[in-house]
Order: sequence, then C-alpha cells, then structure tokens
Amino acid sequence: MSTFLGLYNYWIVVLLMMGGFYVVIAQGNLIKKVVGLNIFQTSVFILYISMGKVHGATAPIIARGYHLYTNPIPSVLILTAIVVGVATTAVGSALVVRIYEAYGTMEEDEIHDQDKSL
Amino acid sequence: MTFHNLPALQVVIPLISAPLCFLLRRATPAWLLSVAVSWICLAISVLLLRHVLGVGPISYHMGGWMPPWGIEYRVDLLNAFVLVLVSGIGAVVLPYARRSVLFEVGNRRAYLFYTAFLLCLTGLLGMTTTGDAFNVFVFLEISSLASYILISMGRDRRALTASFQYLVMGTIGGTFILIAIGFMYISTGTLNMADLARRLPEVMQMRTVQVAFAFFTVGIGLKLAMFPLHLWLPNAYTYAPSAATSFLASTSTKVAIYLLLRFAYDVFGMPFSFHAMPFGPILLALSSIAILFASVGAIFQNNIKRMFAYSSVAQIGYITLGIGMATATGLTAGILHLFNHALMKGALFLAIGCIVPRLNSMQLADMAGLGRRMPWTMAAIVIAGFSLVGMPLTVGFISKWYLVMAALQKGWWWLALLILVGSLLALIYVWRVIEAAYLREPNPGRDLTAIREAPLSMLVPTWILVLANIWFGINPHLTVGTAGRAAAMLMGLGS
Repeated sequence: MSTFLGLYNYWIVVLLMMGGFYVVIAQGNLIKKVVGLNIFQTSVFILYISMGKVHGATAPIIARGYHLYTNPIPSVLILTAIVVGVATTAVGSALVVRIYEAYGTMEEDEIHDQDKSL
Repeated sequence: MTFHNLPALQVVIPLISAPLCFLLRRATPAWLLSVAVSWICLAISVLLLRHVLGVGPISYHMGGWMPPWGIEYRVDLLNAFVLVLVSGIGAVVLPYARRSVLFEVGNRRAYLFYTAFLLCLTGLLGMTTTGDAFNVFVFLEISSLASYILISMGRDRRALTASFQYLVMGTIGGTFILIAIGFMYISTGTLNMADLARRLPEVMQMRTVQVAFAFFTVGIGLKLAMFPLHLWLPNAYTYAPSAATSFLASTSTKVAIYLLLRFAYDVFGMPFSFHAMPFGPILLALSSIAILFASVGAIFQNNIKRMFAYSSVAQIGYITLGIGMATATGLTAGILHLFNHALMKGALFLAIGCIVPRLNSMQLADMAGLGRRMPWTMAAIVIAGFSLVGMPLTVGFISKWYLVMAALQKGWWWLALLILVGSLLALIYVWRVIEAAYLREPNPGRDLTAIREAPLSMLVPTWILVLANIWFGINPHLTVGTAGRAAAMLMGLGS
C-alpha cells in the first residue's frame, strides 16, 4: 500500500497520459484533439520531473545549510520539451484555424464528408 | 580548425539561415540563400564522409564539454553516409523548387516555404549527426514541425487536414520517443548514446529498459511509416507541394530508419533487441505485410502521387525487412535500399512535380497521351519506375539482389519469393502509368497540344537523380562498399 501511495505522482502520469491519448483518439473536434495532445505531453513532463526528485532534497540552487539537491538535468531537459510542446500547440492551432477557414467546420466527420463529395 | 568544426557547422549553418530566409521576405533572395546553404551542407557532408572513410569516426564536443556530460556529435560510417544522402537530396531539390514552388505555393508565401525547408534540413541533419539521445528528440521535433508546415502549403485544402493528421500522429510518435529516452535515463543515468551502449547491457533484465525499447520502436515506427503506423503518409505525400514531397519522401523516413538502426543495433545492442526482445520476427512480419498490402494498395490508386506514396510504404518494408534479418548481408541490403530508395522516390516525385504545372492534374486518366507531349519527364518516370521494380542496370536491382541473397543465405526461400512478388506488383502499377502515358490516346475532351515540356530548371535536377539511379546501378562499388562496412560496424564485426 505504501508503494502504491508513494508512487502517486507516477499514477497521475499514467492517468493523464491515457486520458490525453483517449481525447486525441475519441474526440472529433480538432481543437479538443490539440488539447488532448497537450495533456498527453504534459504527463511526460511530470514523469521527467518526478524521476529527478531526490527524497528530502531541495531545489538545485547552492545555498548554505543544504547538502542534498534534486537532480537538475531532467528539469532542464523538460524545459526544452515544454518549448517543443508550445510549438506543437501553436502549429496545430494555426492549422485548425486554416482548416476552419477552408471548410467552415472543425468537426472531423463533417470535414471528411465534404472531401468525399468533391 | 574549421575542419574540426564541420560536424557542428553542418547543422548550425541551415539553422541560422532559416530565420535569415524569413527576414528576406522575397522569393528569389530566399531561394538563392537556401540553394547556397544546401550546397554548402552537401560539401561538408562529402568532406565528412571522406574523412570517415579514410581516417575513422569523428567525435565533436559541443562547446568543449567532454562527453558524457556535454553533447557529443559523433560521425561514423553509417551516419556520414546518411548525411551525404540527406544533404545531396536537399541540394538537388532546392534548385528545382523555384519554379515548382512559384506555381504550387505562390510568390507571396515562397519565402516561408524555404524557411520551413531549411528548418527541416536542420532537423534531419541534426538527428543524423548527434550522439546524444535527448538531442535526437529535439532535432526530431524541429524537422517534424517544419515538415507539417511544408505539407500544409499544398494547393488543395486537403493538404491542411493531411498536415493536421500527420501532426497528431507525429506528436504521439515524438512523445513516445521522449518517454523511451526518459526510461533509458532512469535506468542508466546517461543520455550519451555511446555511454548508453556501454551501460544498457548491464541493466538488460530491467523491465524499465524493455519498456523503453518498446516505446522507442513504436515512436520511431510512426515516424518511418512502418506498416500499421503508416496512415499519415499517403495523404501527406499526395497533397504536399511536389518539392516538399520529393524531399520528405527521400529523406525524412530514411533518417527515422537510420535512428531505428542506431538504437536497435548500437544503443540497445543486438543481444538485447534480437535475443532478449522479439524485435526480428515482429519487424519481418510487419515488413512482409507492408510489401504485399501497400503494393496492392498502390495498384488501385488513380492519383499518381498517391500511387507512389503507397509504394513508399511498401519500399520502406523492404528496408525494414533487411534490418529485421539481423545478418551482415541483410543489414547491407537494408542500408543499401535506404540510399537507393531515396534516389528512386526523389526522381519520381520530382518528375511528377514537372507534370503538375503543365497538366494541372495528378489523375492517371488525365495523363493519357502525355508521353508524346512531355517526353523527357515521362522518360524520367519510366526509368525511375523500372528502378522501383528492380530492373537490372538500375539501383533497384542492386538492393533487391542483396535482399534476395540475404533471404537465401538464411534459407528463407519464401521470403525471396515474397520479394519477387512485391517486384511484380510494382511492375503492375508502374505499367499503369506507362500505359496511360504512351499507349492511350488523349481524352477527347482534353486538348494536349498546348502542353509543352517542363522547363530546364526542373528537368535538370530530375535527370540528375534519374542518372544517379543508373550510375549507382551500373557502378555500385561506392554504395555497396560503404553499406557493407557500415553493416559490419553495426554487427560488431569491425569496419
């Protein structure tokens, strides 16, 4: 039980990851798909931050009285991944805007129907 | 001093030129800059390959930080070969792009096309040179984001939905790779690929490492369009501007295959990928299905671009087939076909791009009688198509020959048979194009007399790739030799 609760952040990661993935697959609205992708990516950010955590350690800033620091590398890595996530969201949303201008809808099945009738 | 910095310059030059291109805002200066950059990149990669062939692998430490702490750029035989391929295709496609982009993207947005193109080139070259696992992810996303933009610039509005579909699947693939890299870091505490290769065997039994391998394979499978994960590819290739299609078809999937090779054989190592995990059988099964299903799918397409997009999925199957055999000959065949397929598909999509501005259609039915109006373009399609089938005197024959040989060495005659059946299926769809262009009379409703041959600025790059198909088909020592040595290196037999 203690390991189950002790690893709670990893459970949150799994929950967010599967939730985001489900939204991407199940939702027909393109904006909701972008949101789902975002949740999916965010879960990985938490995964990285969690693995850098050292029990009882402080933030990796040198200060008097502290000897134990959290591993800064995963946090630094994930900073880059956050930027990638922002860029993906930007490109994805821009595409949705263009799709909306071209089709007049953001629903996947309606877009599909319009293309079929061409 | 400058030579020492070449591995970094290779990536930095296009990276800096991309925003410059954006600032130029006019089509012609942006085009001139990107052509110059692509030629410089080609020169650098040829120098690197020559150095690696003569002297040995190059290790470059970014910012002077020693690996495994700093980021290492590591050029060995395998990625030097891929670098030459990527920058070579870029150097051929960009001069061609001027007229093609003017027609398909428009003068006003052309500079954006070149900006995205250079960013894509940066990402692909970076993924190939880097020796750091996290750096791979960063460059992968740079190239992917740039290719979503390139695809969305197509004339048809379906280019937008194709690009969005690719964005969703590509991001899932990229994130899977990120998860895999995280798990590798958890179990070894390092991100340097050479260091990972040393430490992963010690923790081979850990579930975390196995999960990392699974995530990586699925993630990279999405990127390289491995069979059930290929759904983004046909639409993306069909609706992207022709110059983008031929660049992406011949480089982006190839770099993903390079990463699969690097991680499966080098970082995780053969004992893990092929003995502890069922990587070989899964790859062989999926590749076989890809060759059959995608080839049959290609036969039933009426849009010529979509036909060759499906054919790409089948051809990627041949490459992964060679990789999955895990023998020196199989691996040589895989690496060889990686290079050769880039030449074929590059030439084919460039030739198709020559037709688009003249005919204003990509339907096979509209191409009836085109062989007489555009003889050089159609001849290019025929030769590159024969190369795809695997006719002797073309590169296709060389790679099929090695694949069949690898299958027979293992005693798998059914696999050799499957390769031949795949070639026959390819002959059928290539024949459909030939029949339409040469044997059929022009449609009564369509007046072809106004159609002229494509301009020289488009024909010359197309024919450079077509002639490369023949040159490396008659004289394969360079490609076979390099692929063979790279395969021996990956198998741990020494180069």
